[in-house]
Amino acid sequence: MAHRTLNKRKPWYKLLWQNILKYPQLYLMALPVLLWYIVFQYGPMYGLIIAFQRYVPSKPILKNQFVGMKNFMDFLADPYFIRVLRNTLVINFYLLIFAFPAAIIFALLLNELRGARLKKLTQTVTYMPHFISAMVICGLAVDFFKADGMLTSILVSALGVEKTNLLSIKDYFRPIYVAMQIWQETGWDSIIFVAALSGIDPTLYEAAVMDGAGRFKRVWHITLPSIMPTIIILLILRIGNMMTLGWEKIVLLYNQMTYETADVISTYVYRRGLIQFDYSFSAAVGFFNSIVNFLLLITANTLSRKVNETSLW
Amino acid sequence: MRKKNKNHIDTNTTAGRVFDVFNNLLMVALIFVTLYPLYYVVMCSVSDPKLLLAHEGPLAWWLGEFTLEGYELALNNPNILVGFGNTMFNLIVGTVLNMTFSILAAFVLTRKYFYLRNVMMKMMIFTMFFSGGLIPLFFVVKHVGVYNTRWANTIPYLISTYNVIIMRSFFVSLPDSLEEAALIDGASDTQILMHIVLPLSKPVLAVIGLYYAVGHWNSWFPSMVFIRNTKLYTLQYVLRGILITNSMSVASGDNVLSVQEISFASELVKYCTIIVSTVPIMCVYPFLTKYFEKGVMIGAVKG
Repeated sequence: MAHRTLNKRKPWYKLLWQNILKYPQLYLMALPVLLWYIVFQYGPMYGLIIAFQRYVPSKPILKNQFVGMKNFMDFLADPYFIRVLRNTLVINFYLLIFAFPAAIIFALLLNELRGARLKKLTQTVTYMPHFISAMVICGLAVDFFKADGMLTSILVSALGVEKTNLLSIKDYFRPIYVAMQIWQETGWDSIIFVAALSGIDPTLYEAAVMDGAGRFKRVWHITLPSIMPTIIILLILRIGNMMTLGWEKIVLLYNQMTYETADVISTYVYRRGLIQFDYSFSAAVGFFNSIVNFLLLITANTLSRKVNETSLW
Repeated sequence: MRKKNKNHIDTNTTAGRVFDVFNNLLMVALIFVTLYPLYYVVMCSVSDPKLLLAHEGPLAWWLGEFTLEGYELALNNPNILVGFGNTMFNLIVGTVLNMTFSILAAFVLTRKYFYLRNVMMKMMIFTMFFSGGLIPLFFVVKHVGVYNTRWANTIPYLISTYNVIIMRSFFVSLPDSLEEAALIDGASDTQILMHIVLPLSKPVLAVIGLYYAVGHWNSWFPSMVFIRNTKLYTLQYVLRGILITNSMSVASGDNVLSVQEISFASELVKYCTIIVSTVPIMCVYPFLTKYFEKGVMIGAVKG
């Protein structure tokens, strides 16, 4: 900053040029990185132009016919609009109320363990599923939930569900998906909470004991408030990623019988765009998705700043 | 790191002890629930496929005679071998490229005298919040000539901004004194990077490198979207045909098998490929957790 105020009168491009001449190696290092970001991150943003066109890949991008907001209007009028929006929101809502607290509760329980060895072992083992590929996880789900699969047969005898391929029944898709997500990510998601827990000042607990606070009371009045900023930040991150999170697994697991409950905006973009070749339409849907995502993140952040004085930026 | 068990002062009440027992048992149960699916698959993979097809429900041990036939079939399957070759190429070449680009990005962002530092940082952070989406990316990949080549597996996702930020915050935390001494001696930026920053950053480099490597090992999405040529599919995408769509024949070409034999073979191969493609991950993942356990991510994102 000091550098800039000192040279206030010179325009930025002169300053940049001077800087390049002075540190050419630095710019040689930055160049490939900048190029990659421009081509593969900002290139697609420029490519969003096709969302306002009737795009034909054989023509250069700007030579295509512009149709204004037509693709967006088509999406809003699309019979599947409500379905994909509802599924995106409902699946994410389930993840927020089941998977998100699961990681916090798991971290709190780990923190209450007396034996350091059991704690370490539990942590190491429960981190593992996070690293298994989505393909293998979905392969396991397909095998376990087929008509004579391992989990199907358990569920048949325990809950009396119908003995059939559970992944082809629309009412089961979301519970199965959320359960998979909890199995795979709870351990890993707890890492940050465990780290936050280890940073709590031990004298707080000692003081609480003096005041006669029992174990549960200490968790409620000391532990939870101490990790609240971490919880808020992760909640923001989670909400910000909500429109894209985990859709690859949905692509692998859903089928025509479960589209009704499983098809989310991202999977719809993929199917309409790359399987049915409705490029402009699906680019518009994707654009809609990115904007909603961005707005969600900003709203969540503003809210948390107001309520909690904790925010991402 | 703080000592554990801070909230265990005065827990020798009956309720406290009951809770401890319950909590320990719960953790053991969670370990079981996490490991059992993989144990089950291991048991299936060495079972007699005839008995396996007739069996329903959990297994405690393998069925019938112990057999490694499935592994033999899996490891001789041409599609799996080609997929493995492609994955290894991505893993080695891709990780080197990932690391080169990430190190360069993280390093230039630590240079206070770099005029574009703030602009570049903002430009990178913005991509974490907004992206052009899949369809425009698809056309970018096509236009730059990467589509349907083996580079389509690595180039479109070359840099993870998250990893760059973690690496950068590690570089920033290095002591300034060595670098200042080097600057006084007239060291260039390249020299500072190669002789001071990188040697001091081995732990974070190892972790991020492993992280990228695991990403390549598990990668299938680019194969699905950017590649048509089946000879360029990654191992995980080859698995899709075996595990999920059941569209790939698992028997190798030379011996003629009956329909029943094929269904036995595919049952076994399915479980064996799960194990073969997961074991390497299980060997390296404990090394990956180190930096994340310290809450680096939060600090990095906030800072």
